[in-house]
Amino acid sequence: MLLSMNWISDFVDLSGLDKLELINKFSLSTAEVENEIFFKGSDLSGVVVAEIKSVEPHPDSKKLHLLKVDAGDSELVDVVCGAPNVRVGLKTAFAKVGAQIGDITISPRKLAGYTSCGMCCSEKELGIGDGNDGIMEITDDVACGTDLKSIYQIDDIVFEVDNKSLTNRPDLWGHYGIAREFAAIAGRELRPLPTADLAAYDSLPKVDLKIEDPLGQRYSCLQFENISTHVSPVNMRIRLYYCGMRALNFLADLTNYLMLEMGQPMHAFDSRKVEKIRIKRFDKPFTFKTLDGIEREIDENTLMICNDNTPVAIAGIMGGLDSEIVADTTTLTLESATFDAASIRKSTVRLAHRTDASMRYEKCLDPEMTTVAVARFVKLLTDIDSNAKVVSALTDEYARRYDMVSLSFDKAFVNKYTGIEISNDTIVKTLTSLGFGVELSGDTFKVDVPSWRATKDVTIKADIIEEITRIYGYDNFDINTAAVPLYPVRAAQEKSDEDRIKDILVKRYSMHELHSYVWAYYDEYKALGIEIEPNVELVNATNPNIKTIRKSIVPTQLCQVKYNTLYSSDFAVFEVGRTVDGYKADGLCNERKKLAITLYSKTKEMQQLYFELRDILAVIADDIKHEKLSFAKKEATHSYQHPKNLNAVWCAGKELGEIGIVNSAVSKKIDKKANIVYAELDVADFATIANAGIAYEEPSKFPEIEIDLSFVTDTFAPIAKAIENASCSLIKKVSVVDTYADENGKSVTVRIIFSHGERTLTKEEVLEVVNGIVAELEAQSIKLKNGLPM
Amino acid sequence: MSQKTMEVKNAFSQALSKVENMEELEKIRVEYIGKKGYVTELLKEMKNLSNEEKKTFGQQVNVLKNEVNDQIAAKREELKQKEIEFENSRMPEFDISIPADLERGSYHPITLVQRQCEEIFRSMGFAIEDYSEIVTDYECFEALNIPKDHPARDMQDTYYLENGQLLKSHTSAAQNAIYKKYKDALVNEGKPIKAIFPGRCFRNEATDACHENTFFQMEGVMVDKNISISNLIFFMKTMLSEVFQKDIKVRLRPGFFPFVEPGFELDISCLICGGDGCPSCKHSGWLELCPCGMIHPEVLKAGGIDPEEYTGFAFGLGLTRLAMMKYGVKDIRDLNSGSLKTLSQFTDDK
Repeated sequence: MLLSMNWISDFVDLSGLDKLELINKFSLSTAEVENEIFFKGSDLSGVVVAEIKSVEPHPDSKKLHLLKVDAGDSELVDVVCGAPNVRVGLKTAFAKVGAQIGDITISPRKLAGYTSCGMCCSEKELGIGDGNDGIMEITDDVACGTDLKSIYQIDDIVFEVDNKSLTNRPDLWGHYGIAREFAAIAGRELRPLPTADLAAYDSLPKVDLKIEDPLGQRYSCLQFENISTHVSPVNMRIRLYYCGMRALNFLADLTNYLMLEMGQPMHAFDSRKVEKIRIKRFDKPFTFKTLDGIEREIDENTLMICNDNTPVAIAGIMGGLDSEIVADTTTLTLESATFDAASIRKSTVRLAHRTDASMRYEKCLDPEMTTVAVARFVKLLTDIDSNAKVVSALTDEYARRYDMVSLSFDKAFVNKYTGIEISNDTIVKTLTSLGFGVELSGDTFKVDVPSWRATKDVTIKADIIEEITRIYGYDNFDINTAAVPLYPVRAAQEKSDEDRIKDILVKRYSMHELHSYVWAYYDEYKALGIEIEPNVELVNATNPNIKTIRKSIVPTQLCQVKYNTLYSSDFAVFEVGRTVDGYKADGLCNERKKLAITLYSKTKEMQQLYFELRDILAVIADDIKHEKLSFAKKEATHSYQHPKNLNAVWCAGKELGEIGIVNSAVSKKIDKKANIVYAELDVADFATIANAGIAYEEPSKFPEIEIDLSFVTDTFAPIAKAIENASCSLIKKVSVVDTYADENGKSVTVRIIFSHGERTLTKEEVLEVVNGIVAELEAQSIKLKNGLPM
Repeated sequence: MSQKTMEVKNAFSQALSKVENMEELEKIRVEYIGKKGYVTELLKEMKNLSNEEKKTFGQQVNVLKNEVNDQIAAKREELKQKEIEFENSRMPEFDISIPADLERGSYHPITLVQRQCEEIFRSMGFAIEDYSEIVTDYECFEALNIPKDHPARDMQDTYYLENGQLLKSHTSAAQNAIYKKYKDALVNEGKPIKAIFPGRCFRNEATDACHENTFFQMEGVMVDKNISISNLIFFMKTMLSEVFQKDIKVRLRPGFFPFVEPGFELDISCLICGGDGCPSCKHSGWLELCPCGMIHPEVLKAGGIDPEEYTGFAFGLGLTRLAMMKYGVKDIRDLNSGSLKTLSQFTDDK
């Protein structure tokens, strides 16, 4: 919202104060002011009132005229002018030689063969209005040579307040409310708003008015006749223009002026079209043409202003075309009303039509303001147009009053909340300047909230703290640390596990951490041949490419792998992120925190890559939990899974996730030559596993016996089982030292290390254990390849 | 010394001087003092000598034998030394000017900035909380004093799910759960609530270089019996000075957020110009950084805390924005792109 310092100064005397400093304080105490401040009129000088004394047509041009003008100097000035409204006797704005208009300095200049010693100007050329269809027309009573700035408020400081910072302040949507803030900030008096005495019209007939819907809060109206002024005074037009509003005609300008001054939207109807004003909703949807000529769909929730049963305006949003003031309108009806704010907001959203009026109504306007606005309107109207006549009594239906707010608190409350000392005197003075009623007895305050702040803004004691402190100034606060008891804070297990996993992957395995989105990417999945599986869906995503929440990070990570194939021949990425696996029994989403890892390589064999990943998972489990992993074969159920080598990952009796190879159909689309393996673990489940701790064992001082055994078998698993079954405390370490495949089948060589803490082992006792293991395996037809080594 | 002895001695000296390696040295050793070596053979000549001569000759041969032994040992040492020198000389000089291989892993820049912030607050005794990305309408709005139809809901275009849950539009959505988690310790044990909760947030909006539908925030709250605006400003200033590793000027402006009262927009002095005004602060000298405020009594109440007895402050820091400011990332979309050219640069930063 654009604000004029001149307008504000109508209501508070700010003379002698640094205006820019005040605007800065306003930004710190009230609402955010945009950086750019406009110094209106600062680039305009030397423009005076001049009278056109003669008009001759230019011999070679249809548009141009040769003028002689009286600019108040001893001699008439020759001017060449192209404006259509030049005529003898017209007083207009004239930029003399040497005048400054924006970047231009006026100098004598040849135009189509004739010298023009100055320039007659339109409002637009002067930067004080939109009007550009002719040069300015100034009333006769101004003497030639008068500086334009001495008769019009051209010099002004205009600043813009971010509308978003006013959402909670219905009182700040007009200059008068803003002036109240400046008065409080500057410590100056706020002047009362000049209004007409409406009681004078009490004897006139009332308007037929009835609020028939609870969404209508208050409706005030008054009828006028005989408005003879059609063009608004220049100063009014300048203010409207400076504040970003087009001047239209006097009546429309006046309602807009009132809205910008008081924040109260107003509307004027042709009285013939609103003989029985009714405020209501309709049972059935219909279309309605608003005054901008657009047909709009009105539904049963939209509050309408009606002439009996004919809708004439969308309440709080826009008037209808049919009830607009037209050429033969004689009597008009002025509306000044308040409506249910939430209803206006919803209608605005539904109609996708936000107006200056609806923007204000949404904020819960002060219902006490409607009649004051009418009185102000009458005052301005009759001041400007002495012929205008009020022809009805003020008709005012106040269906729903606002809730009066009174708050009590004591000095200790203020001290506790602020942490600093603000005197009772300052508190009283601040609140009073903002229009609050304040009673102080001892250290107890009783505060009555003014109507313009009570509709929703100030309702609790904490709101009063804001009023006191913002005017006090946050820059003036002493700042202090808090005096609170100290207790140790333990990191949550899941958080600390997550951090450690990241450290292991980055520091030990040189992996790169990525973030991907929480939803499936339709286009990218499609390109990779990854199926989008049914899952929880967004209901209002505007981007059609995102809709389904991901069940797994793996597919989104594969999309990112695809994006990086030119980065390097080998890389490894991971993400700790969220997935959703449908709904839980309670109907809420089953959100999980997962770790996904992908290894990509064009140089390593698939098996090597797969085991690298397996070892990474094992290190994570061993490093963080001191637990071993186990694996169990799984059936592929997702399009990105390879049917082979898909294994569930188990740790401490929990299934944590899976490790697998990317299905060739997908991996070929990522890169024909790359091997890609992935793993996904549930981080929250992992966090629930207790840390088994380091099991320290004193190293034996006696020699170890190391035995290598080669068995003909496809897998190590049965050997591991047999060794475990031997449950021999002498076995200190088991490792696979070789796997070999030839025409006779596969074999696995296992190395077992035996030792005893207190003595040297005998060959016999070791052999006994080994024989037991061999016998168990032979019983399963797993034979030793080369016999016993000792 | 006998002629014979002299000859052997001279021959040995000559032969030794020609020795160049261990093999030759060993050969000479065998030739002279081996079982059938020249020196050993000299002793055989003793039988032709008188007893008197035998004694002298014997002594001379022994001296010679010792000399040969010593010289061979000395030569051996010399050769060993030479060998080591040779070994050392064979080592090439490496070109250390070749650039170092810095290939290593990387953290997401959000992780780096988040860890820096966590460290600061951990050092001040704040608990670090984690919260889900999908929350209920109650958590995200109702419990934060944002009832249905409240205009504040217009401020954030929220992604809703079929079951009425939503992707959290701000980390404040975790406030209610945090209060409920700690309120008993607050009331019964007098332990103040001090917590931060970093997390991912979502807004239903079109993306461009400055706008993302997925971004990170970090919320912080502190609740106790006498937490004041003065404390709030202190903690904000301290935290931000730690984050940026320099003394940061802060200023508060009134800001409207339904879950705080009073609510503030916190500006910091521009990091580029220090407050003099430059293009990056639009010549204002200030950067709008983080909304904060005193926790609204209704919000405390919803969390089971009596606002008459306890007060607190809350703030929300845009981690994504912070990361972009700190590292000069210009396009917000780079952060979720997964581009390793971008992200692999963030190796570590403590």
